Amino acid sequence: MTASVVVTGLGVAAPNGLGTRDFWDATRNGKNAIGRVTRFDPSGYPARLAGEVPGFVAADHLPSRLLPQTDHMTQMALAATDWALADAGVEPADLPEFDMGVVTASASGGFEFGQGELRKLWSQGSQYVSAYQSFAWFYAVNSGQISIRNGMKGPSGVVVTDQAGGLDAVAQARRQIRKGTPLIVSGGVDASICPWGWVAQLAGGRLSTSDEPDRAYLPFDREARGHVPGEGGAILIMEAADAARARGARIYGEISGYGATFDPRPGSGRAPGLRKAIELALADARAEAGDVDVVFADAAALPDLDRVEAEALTAVFGRRGVPVTAPKTMTGRLYSGAGPLDLAAALLAIEEGLIPPTVNVEPAEEYGLDLVNGAARTAEVRTGLVLARGQGGFNSAVVVRAVD
Amino acid sequence: MSAQEFTLDSLKRILLEAAGMAEDVDLGGDILDTDFEDLGYESLALLETGSRIEREYGITLDDSVLTEARTPRALIDAVNAHLMSGATVA
Repeated sequence: MTASVVVTGLGVAAPNGLGTRDFWDATRNGKNAIGRVTRFDPSGYPARLAGEVPGFVAADHLPSRLLPQTDHMTQMALAATDWALADAGVEPADLPEFDMGVVTASASGGFEFGQGELRKLWSQGSQYVSAYQSFAWFYAVNSGQISIRNGMKGPSGVVVTDQAGGLDAVAQARRQIRKGTPLIVSGGVDASICPWGWVAQLAGGRLSTSDEPDRAYLPFDREARGHVPGEGGAILIMEAADAARARGARIYGEISGYGATFDPRPGSGRAPGLRKAIELALADARAEAGDVDVVFADAAALPDLDRVEAEALTAVFGRRGVPVTAPKTMTGRLYSGAGPLDLAAALLAIEEGLIPPTVNVEPAEEYGLDLVNGAARTAEVRTGLVLARGQGGFNSAVVVRAVD
Repeated sequence: MSAQEFTLDSLKRILLEAAGMAEDVDLGGDILDTDFEDLGYESLALLETGSRIEREYGITLDDSVLTEARTPRALIDAVNAHLMSGATVA
């Protein structure tokens, strides 16, 4: 018998809300957070819109000791971890250090920090490059800094699978808890809205070049034209259900199922892997398609990828067979932060009995999706499915369930 | 030409620029003989601090200076020895 793993704390740094309450208030009301890039002057670039986290001042949340050695994404991840631990009622100093681990995801590492150091290297010389560049850019740095700050020495690591990574990290955290570590900090926070990160994203060929915040990112719409990048994400406190109950913790829900697949080589003629990932996650959760009350879609906003996702959903759930939503239309795509943020939204949807909306989108009829668009929908939500795909063929699916 | 002197105040300023300050540490106190580790500065913080001292004072410190100087007094003495010897040669 495999142990149940639950979420007991949430910490959110999202473009439409700093902190879980702000985020949920904005999300349930469909508040758009996409706007023109302010972290650098985007006027010389083909893509100029982003979902930026507003009002995050690192010095308000972190000791000065950490500021010179951390990228923007790490600073947000550390603050979100503090909030998630407080939300869970966990005081790390009171727990055995090997009983706590950290498994986060990262899509790009600390690009903004790295860009600053590369600039110093070329303009001033190698002696001006910060010693902290040795790790501040690194994919695993959020896990490492969270571990050090909170004295967590249990199993830790990072998963790098582009946007699928946030769900893959949660799955890895669940594995470590089942192997015996009582508590794992998981999730993902990414942020690379800087010129270096921007050109890397542009090279991927998936960015929307629209200048209209409400027309730029339109998944499942006939006008779909790529996505808007966002920054931020969510940190989840995950615990063995027995341990959480024993300490009387508030439980948001259970991480009940997980499936991950890799797409076949392009041109092979074999089917894409997303449908199989969904089926694996449902089987892992011992759930039927009919049990699922809402799907949080990956929502790539490229016609081919939207079609693949719509076909997977209609194959598993039937035509218009399940409510589908993409709150990320308010924030842009958050890379490794997207899956954990959608998990947070799914858990809050369970708590409130409300499916947050997809904004700006007029779904194309031929996709056959029951897209919750325009306004939130009141519904009893007991089981949610969250999907995330990473560039390069990664497909991941997680089932979350209400706990009685 | 008289040699520049490297003082505790200079070291504190550079430490703060290079690596900030831990929450439970008071650099304003009597720290000359406190171990850097107890002040919250690990080897990387000292590497960054050493690199900034080198840039500011136009000197090159041996790696061993940073690994062997366990306290502010030891580092200040090592830097001043370097500055003095440089001044003598000049």
